Amino acid sequence: MTKVKTSLGRRSFIKSVSLAGGGLIIGFNWLACKGPAEEGSEELAMQMPDEWFELNGYLKIGDNGIVTIYSPNPEIGQNVKTSMPMIVAEELDVDWNNVVVEQAPLNTEIFTRQLAGGSQSIRQGWQSLRTAGATARQMLLTAAANQWEVPVSELSVENGVIKHQGTDKTIGYGEIAKAAVNVEIPEEVELKNIDNFKIIGTSRKNVDAKKIVTGQPLFGIDTYKEGMLIAMIVQPPAFGMEFKTMDAEKAKGMPGIKDVFTIDTYPEDMEKEWSDVAAFSKLVVVVGESTWQVMQAKKEVKVEWDLSPELTKQIEILEKSAGMDGVSGLESTSIHASLMADVGSKKSEIVRRDGNPEKAFKNAARVIERSYTCPFLSHNCMEPMNFFADVSGDKAELLGPIQTPEYAELSVNKRLGFDLENIDIQMTRMGGGFGRRLYGHFLVEAAVISQKMGTPIKLVYSREDDMTNGVYRPAYHVTYRAALDGNNKLTAFHVNAGGIPESPLFANRFPAGAIDNYLAESWSMESNISTGAFRAPRSNFIAGAEQSFLDELSEEMDQDPIQFRLDLLDRAASNPVGEENDYDAARYAGVLKLARDKSGWDNTTGLSRGVAAYYCHNSYVAQILDLSVKNNQPLVDKVTCAVDCGIVVNPDAAKNMVEGGTIDGIGHALYSEMTFKDGVPQQSNFDTYRLIRHKEAPKTIDVYFIENGIDPTGLGEPPFPPIQGALANALYKATGKRFYDQPFISHMQDDLKT
Amino acid sequence: MAEFSITINGKNLSVDVDPTTPLLWVLRDHLKLVGTKYGCGIAQCGACTVHFNGTAVRSCQLPISAAADNKITTIEGLSENGDHPVQKAWLEHDVPQCGYCQAGQIMSASALLERNPNPSDKDIENAMSGNICRCGTYTRIKAAIKTASDSQIA
Repeated sequence: MTKVKTSLGRRSFIKSVSLAGGGLIIGFNWLACKGPAEEGSEELAMQMPDEWFELNGYLKIGDNGIVTIYSPNPEIGQNVKTSMPMIVAEELDVDWNNVVVEQAPLNTEIFTRQLAGGSQSIRQGWQSLRTAGATARQMLLTAAANQWEVPVSELSVENGVIKHQGTDKTIGYGEIAKAAVNVEIPEEVELKNIDNFKIIGTSRKNVDAKKIVTGQPLFGIDTYKEGMLIAMIVQPPAFGMEFKTMDAEKAKGMPGIKDVFTIDTYPEDMEKEWSDVAAFSKLVVVVGESTWQVMQAKKEVKVEWDLSPELTKQIEILEKSAGMDGVSGLESTSIHASLMADVGSKKSEIVRRDGNPEKAFKNAARVIERSYTCPFLSHNCMEPMNFFADVSGDKAELLGPIQTPEYAELSVNKRLGFDLENIDIQMTRMGGGFGRRLYGHFLVEAAVISQKMGTPIKLVYSREDDMTNGVYRPAYHVTYRAALDGNNKLTAFHVNAGGIPESPLFANRFPAGAIDNYLAESWSMESNISTGAFRAPRSNFIAGAEQSFLDELSEEMDQDPIQFRLDLLDRAASNPVGEENDYDAARYAGVLKLARDKSGWDNTTGLSRGVAAYYCHNSYVAQILDLSVKNNQPLVDKVTCAVDCGIVVNPDAAKNMVEGGTIDGIGHALYSEMTFKDGVPQQSNFDTYRLIRHKEAPKTIDVYFIENGIDPTGLGEPPFPPIQGALANALYKATGKRFYDQPFISHMQDDLKT
Repeated sequence: MAEFSITINGKNLSVDVDPTTPLLWVLRDHLKLVGTKYGCGIAQCGACTVHFNGTAVRSCQLPISAAADNKITTIEGLSENGDHPVQKAWLEHDVPQCGYCQAGQIMSASALLERNPNPSDKDIENAMSGNICRCGTYTRIKAAIKTASDSQIA
């Protein structure tokens, strides 16, 4: 057992809040939780209790032993609403069948980091969640010991029943909870030895699954409240344009339409949060009784748009510096491509330099150089952006899908000037996030619209609004160079990476640390187009590019691609170059070896298969992909995934996440792109924006986890980046052609294009 | 606006809406049956799939004027207690991630099994490729359909 302080005091870890009912709430720093299960759970074996005892902020115990565990963080499909309460339940020592999970509201008094992002929920929540359960357990034990007048050390617990060793007396948590409420919060509690886990490491079903498969209201867009109106927006047709004037007379006269007006979501003098990313601040808003009526009226609003002067400036400078003709604030993908290829690398800055790479390249017998690119991507959450707002007087009630409720609350505070305690944000289950709902402009828009209308409204983006008003994955470009000596030995490695508007470089990741002469350079360019985090930011491109280059390099060096990587990792482990290497070479090699063994790599004949491995978000993933190409269409037969994310809390759900991340990664690398012409997004719905579909998914995905007992790390993002490299490498085996530019389908033979 | 009568999940209902209003929005906005989801509005994603006289259709493309006087089943009416073989198989395989597309997936899958109780992999792929799952649960969807098929045949 491990003893932990219930907080370096309890000031930073536990806050006591008196309840009206005389109970006690302990607010644990569930650092990155994401969600609970709900009342009505099928697994709930017992009836609802008559009385609840709120033992601490994250759990309450009913007089019949039912336990409600609150999950403070947003659920976007990563299944933390199930796995985080599992961790509490483990240390609390209750029967999972008697646990009900509920979504906590935003409450910064009790919870911290109520955020879904960076694959950090389980990793950052691990210790706090365990401590939350263990603290409550200890309070219950103390209460029982007091009642029986025996030492706590003589008591044991199993499935929520406390037993005294000497007398065999038992008492259920439900019976002692009332007394436990008055027990002083312990300064220090014992955590279980991981060998004694009964819930963690066993597969538990998604606590919302029954509601999902029966169509119950769960999502923000499912919100309907008394007196609520529907609001939709009309936005500029192009990035780099802004509202000038409108004629809304016809629209205003249409059936069910209440009003048409403009809003300025983020006035220039407003202090913005990092999450307040939005390309268009001034929007036309149409409000009406029903969605279809508002959709029809939107088409009848005649708007004139202007070139946005402040937005044009950056690109003018860029294009002048590029020596290109034509100055415009309306960007096009073709211009981006030439800027990235011709200009970007000339303004690079050195981020890391080991040894003497320049000399090694000068003396090289051979230099291999390859460049890789990827386009902007739209998140395309299946549930379009939406939010419910009821703003009246000095109070705002907000409900809907948001990954960053804490920051959204601050944004509303600054935008409307309301006190934080008058801003209530409720989180709904999200129909996908992928980073898009980190940027809560739609929440602020909803609040502004509701205030202006004086009624509750639900703002709903159409699919087209959602896709063409994105906070896109940036476009990236990377060039790799490798120096080989006369013995075909690798002597230097050079990566030059950049993008619009950020660089994807991680200078201290593999193969940094494995090569004596190493140079990493970075550059970036400004853009009018709004961009932000997309599932595994930056890794989502550079992993695939790097792993494709290493594959080509191993071939040039006449080495097995896995052994080539393992040799480099061996060097990084035994005699690392530099001191700031961000990865554990042994764990990295571990997933490669596991994937190699499980896929039967060494006995491969006649298969077109590719391998890749990557480290990001504190976890390690290796993937081996088998495919065939028929009629220029790749058919992925099988993917073998080996994952090291430490302790796996909920194995089947974790497997689901790896399967999904793998399919998502294949889909985006093969099929998806967001392009622009004169600032206008060229894809606006799923007829033009291609997402992977059922028949294009791998036939089989095998997932294996390393078992090492290390504290758990992220899983939502890590499976996504490397698969793109495995895919490119397998495509090469099948076609004899290397794929450098995503989406790969565009570079299959022209007559094979779909 | 006009009055339409429609049978949804076995209940006879009437709504007073513009005749062009898609069934999707009648279900969601007017009848508060929100299990049927809006995803694209152009029949490309399948999130709004319902059964129209037993056949899977995209409710975003079906105006109320054409839906009226027909028998509609939505996810809420697929079974009395959420125990349709497809729903049970979905739970058994713990298919959903975010869950938003799954009602549409289930309605497409249940219509497939209705007309083809023992579908091949190819049959499943063809029937299910109109339903996008952004989370990528396709391999589980296929496995769940096979389980449901087995349970129905057995």
